[in-house]
Amino acid sequence: MNNNNPTPFSGNLDAVNHVRGQSIYVDDLPEYAGTLHAKVFYSPLAHGRIRRLDFEAAAQLEGVIRIFTYQDIPGENQLGNIVPDEPLLAEEEVHYIGQPIALIVARSPEIAEQARERVQVDIEELPPVTEPREAFRQGLLLHESRKFEMGDVETAFAQCKYIFEGAAHTGGQEHVYLEPQGAYAVPREGKAFIHSSTQGPTQVQRTAARVLGVPMNQVEVDVTRIGGGFGGKEDQASGWAALVAMAAHLLKKPVKYILSRHEDLLMTGKRHPYDSDYRIGLDEHLKIQAYEAVFYQNGGAAADLSPAVLERTLFHATNSYYVPHARLTAHCCRTNIVPSTAFRGFGGPQGMFVIEAAIHHAASELDVNPMEIQRQNLLQDGHIFPYGQVIRESEARNCWMENIERNNLRRLQEEIRLYNASHPLSKKGLHLMPVCFGISFTKTMMNHARALVHVYSDGSVGISTGAVEMGQGANTKMVQVAAREFGLRLEQVKIETTNTTRVANTSPSAASATSDLNGKALLDACGQIRERLEALLREEWGLGEQDAIQLRNNTVFVNGKEQDMSWEQLIQLAFFQRINLSAKGHYATPDIHFDKKKEKGHPFAYHVYGTAALHCTVDCLRGIYSFDAVHIVHDFGRSMNKGIDLGQIEGGLVQGIGWMTMENLQHTPEGKLLSQTLSNYKIPDIYSVPKEVSVHFLHTDGTEKAIYKSKTTGEPPLMYGIGAYFALYDAILAFNPEAPRLYHAPMTPERVLGLLYASPA
Amino acid sequence: MIQFYLNGRKIHTDALPGSALLDFIRNEQGLKGTKLVCKEGECAACAVLVGTLEGGRVHYQNMCSCIMPLANAHGKHIVTIEGLNGEELTPVQQAMVDCHGSQCGFCTPGFVVSLTGALLRAERPGYRQLLKAIDGNICRCTGYKSIERAVQRIAEALPEEAYGLETLLQQGYLPAYFRQMAANLATINEPANDSRPEKEPATTAPLYLGGGTDLLVQMPRKVQHSAVLPVFTQPALKGVREENGRCTIGAAATATELEQSGVIQSILHPQDDFFHLLSSSPIRNMSTVGGNLINASPIGDFTVLFLALDSSIRLQAGGHARTVKLKDFYRGYKKMDRQPEEHLVAIEFERPPKGVCFSFEKVSARRNLDIASVNTAASLAIDGAGRIQTIHLSAGGVGPIPMYLRQTSQFLRGKVLDEPLLKEALDVLQEEIAPISDARGAADYKRRLLRQLMLAHFLKAAPERVDILFVARSS
Repeated sequence: MNNNNPTPFSGNLDAVNHVRGQSIYVDDLPEYAGTLHAKVFYSPLAHGRIRRLDFEAAAQLEGVIRIFTYQDIPGENQLGNIVPDEPLLAEEEVHYIGQPIALIVARSPEIAEQARERVQVDIEELPPVTEPREAFRQGLLLHESRKFEMGDVETAFAQCKYIFEGAAHTGGQEHVYLEPQGAYAVPREGKAFIHSSTQGPTQVQRTAARVLGVPMNQVEVDVTRIGGGFGGKEDQASGWAALVAMAAHLLKKPVKYILSRHEDLLMTGKRHPYDSDYRIGLDEHLKIQAYEAVFYQNGGAAADLSPAVLERTLFHATNSYYVPHARLTAHCCRTNIVPSTAFRGFGGPQGMFVIEAAIHHAASELDVNPMEIQRQNLLQDGHIFPYGQVIRESEARNCWMENIERNNLRRLQEEIRLYNASHPLSKKGLHLMPVCFGISFTKTMMNHARALVHVYSDGSVGISTGAVEMGQGANTKMVQVAAREFGLRLEQVKIETTNTTRVANTSPSAASATSDLNGKALLDACGQIRERLEALLREEWGLGEQDAIQLRNNTVFVNGKEQDMSWEQLIQLAFFQRINLSAKGHYATPDIHFDKKKEKGHPFAYHVYGTAALHCTVDCLRGIYSFDAVHIVHDFGRSMNKGIDLGQIEGGLVQGIGWMTMENLQHTPEGKLLSQTLSNYKIPDIYSVPKEVSVHFLHTDGTEKAIYKSKTTGEPPLMYGIGAYFALYDAILAFNPEAPRLYHAPMTPERVLGLLYASPA
Repeated sequence: MIQFYLNGRKIHTDALPGSALLDFIRNEQGLKGTKLVCKEGECAACAVLVGTLEGGRVHYQNMCSCIMPLANAHGKHIVTIEGLNGEELTPVQQAMVDCHGSQCGFCTPGFVVSLTGALLRAERPGYRQLLKAIDGNICRCTGYKSIERAVQRIAEALPEEAYGLETLLQQGYLPAYFRQMAANLATINEPANDSRPEKEPATTAPLYLGGGTDLLVQMPRKVQHSAVLPVFTQPALKGVREENGRCTIGAAATATELEQSGVIQSILHPQDDFFHLLSSSPIRNMSTVGGNLINASPIGDFTVLFLALDSSIRLQAGGHARTVKLKDFYRGYKKMDRQPEEHLVAIEFERPPKGVCFSFEKVSARRNLDIASVNTAASLAIDGAGRIQTIHLSAGGVGPIPMYLRQTSQFLRGKVLDEPLLKEALDVLQEEIAPISDARGAADYKRRLLRQLMLAHFLKAAPERVDILFVARSS
């Protein structure tokens, strides 16, 4: 039984409820009577030993029910997943400002907050470390260092005509998912039921079970949707859920904790800041022959996902370029800031920034446009990544060339030259940013998913997967898959909440892999039901193997001819014939593997390619800037939902530009975060985004490993934003050619003004 | 008892007048479409419409309910997303769906509410005006381009003929109950009175409360549990007037009222768009000019503006009133020449005569809806011979108080402007200021930035006298 091409659909099915304010997030769920509210008491210091804790005044406040410390935890006081190094509640020591020490449970959030102010803590202060290079010097590592190597780096450098070296820095980034972290736990006949704003329901389930000291089947996690995640709720939603689960379990009452924005900014992890060193060697044709980079990742006070993030930095350290001889080293450094965590791109952007900096450095010393070097080195089929995967179906060059042609970039360069010549205090800049991003969880074992499909006896369809809807359109894409496989309209398919009792052992909705993994599992489940229906029809109608049965337009077709049997009639027939109308599908990405000992393998199902051209104007009097246009040519494969996919590109781009420009995460040397409110941490608003964004869907064959050959779009576009840094640099150099080469993101107005008027280094 | 209409329903409540409207909407009324995100007016996910009856019509503005005191809802029509929903999607909702303007959905109700509010004005709004209505709405998913396309579609589809409430009602932009709202609001005649039994006798004077944009951010719990006096109920504090060139701005005039009066724009250099750089629409709709001055922030945009206008302020305590020059008012970080019982009544200044260039400059990490790293204003009159006849310079972010730059102004006053003089003045300026390093920039940056912005003032006032490349040459 084969299915036909569906009616193309573009858009997000959830949007109808969104625009009416009827979509349900954790804090919108009806509360059970008697629900209690929790707040965390956290460390006011970045590093120290707890001498004394005094909860007496807090506990006496009317309405305070209980105050829990680590001693109350029935199971294991442990959050760490990759490395068990993170207590849920601090024991003797504290390692960052905002580290949870106690959980205050009260009748209202206000009472809990007042109680928190009454807690007395005496901490013996220890010296904090906030910089990763310093941590490395002191041997403070969260995990063993990693090194990817290919070719013969030293010999290659010895033969290079040009060699440049330097240092680079990228700052952290706060997720600012609009819905803050939070969870609501309800005890049910001894079992814990948790509503959580998480990208990883299974992770929440596993963590809560561990903290409660119960098997996983005693914990049920349900996620309706989340108000943005961007990686911030991949691992770090688990702590809040485990805390309320513990309180609910011990008090036998529903307990809820929705973090205030201030708490969320203070207590949850962000994108890893990186300090890096690079050395790049080119031959006379500007071909990169050798590249060496050392990455010092600021992992914060606990490992969290840092080792995995570190790994992806290495995977993407050469971005879209072929580097025959590469040595890439990365150190996972332990510091006294909140544990850094996943953020769209997952270490990839930090790696890519460094090679872009190296290329920019080389180009400016050689007095050529960076485009000349970039163009010479774009990946082609047959090239090999430093981690051993051979490039197949590369679209790097196609995206690049198409962008230059389609957007007339040569002419734009000339226009910019003329503009700059005639505007003494205003300069324009342009930068091309190619991106190549690998799709799959780099930890091979995580690349699997399951889906549950019920066809009800009236023909309506209910589907459950492990995908969490967080704005990326996973719900819609899942509905599209089931509707397409059964030949139904989208309205006939209902997607259920993401729930650990319906779909178990899921990987988080992350790594841009959600639609592929869950979509393919769903495909499998739908296929099983279709096969049963087909077998039934062959028997009922006496059809042979050569007869083709199709389901489309809610009707059965045989050999292309419409039959007098609707989907509903077919289902009723099947139901009466006692056919199983439910199925569980499974998918595990084939052909991927990675050997960590050799640091070689084939970790990615496929790669996504694209090129962005970013075009900006700098006000050289004030040091402020705007982006005139960004033109993108992106490899979507065969997009199954252009509206959603376009939204991912535009949204990712703007998030990346934010990271590179205004989003300035600053800590004091004492480890205090300066941006503890949204008035101190700015993300792009409607006026600061590029005036024009054009996205061209490069026509490619896609890949069988993507659902319906529709390549995933989640993370890759964020890295287009890196071009913003270099476009601004281009304009700055037009004003002050003597400006030092400084690769220190973000490029805030402060840095811009500094560079505009800087003397040569 | 506070009374108002919430969507189509009349509310009588004894809830604390200083509590946030959002908490009332979500927790008391169970309307969950309005979202809590930041509690400081930074994102407008909590946007509601606030309708005020004026001259038989209800005028609607979007506001951030997370920091709006419940007291200010008295007598108003409060509209949440639920109050816009009908059987079908409204054209605004439909455009957001069709143009993919919604991803995770958490910010979406705020956008729909703000955009719908912008339709409810006498004139048919264009694309720019609609965009302005969502200048305070933050979205982290879309990158805004799809929202811009939705706004474009809304702008294009708006009825051309007989633009107004009735047409919008007929075309499904609003539910029918809006038609009765003017009549409904007219039934709420009496002022709000606190009918709750007194827990303790009011020994302290009530807290003067304006839009709440500072107080509900800085000390929400204190405000919630205080007796409050909403300044918007005091007619004497309202309004923007101009008589014989003397402008008087009531302390309770909102930024929007001041903007709509046109006074500031008529004074400012045409390149400057002061209100565009001043917070966001919902905050401008709420915040008072007086609150900005009394907050005494060293970086207040209004303060810096009024300092360079050489303004005076009127303070009143009981029957006693006095006038102080704004430049003499600030005495130290958050310290003012004000007795606890004194309240700011009005700001007054002389309209600068023809020939004066009045310039405002502000640089912040984000161009809009951000606190300045440095802001500065200048009132400059330079005669044909290049002599500086009038000069008042001010700056924020370069000291513990919003500064009237006495020494620099004094140094330049009466002299003939040329480059050597300007250079010298910039040295005087550096002596006069004392910025510190903080989240908004390093002290050195603020010094350089103010220097650059000072040049920007002179470029506007006397472009022919300041060589544009002087800047580059003399760094």
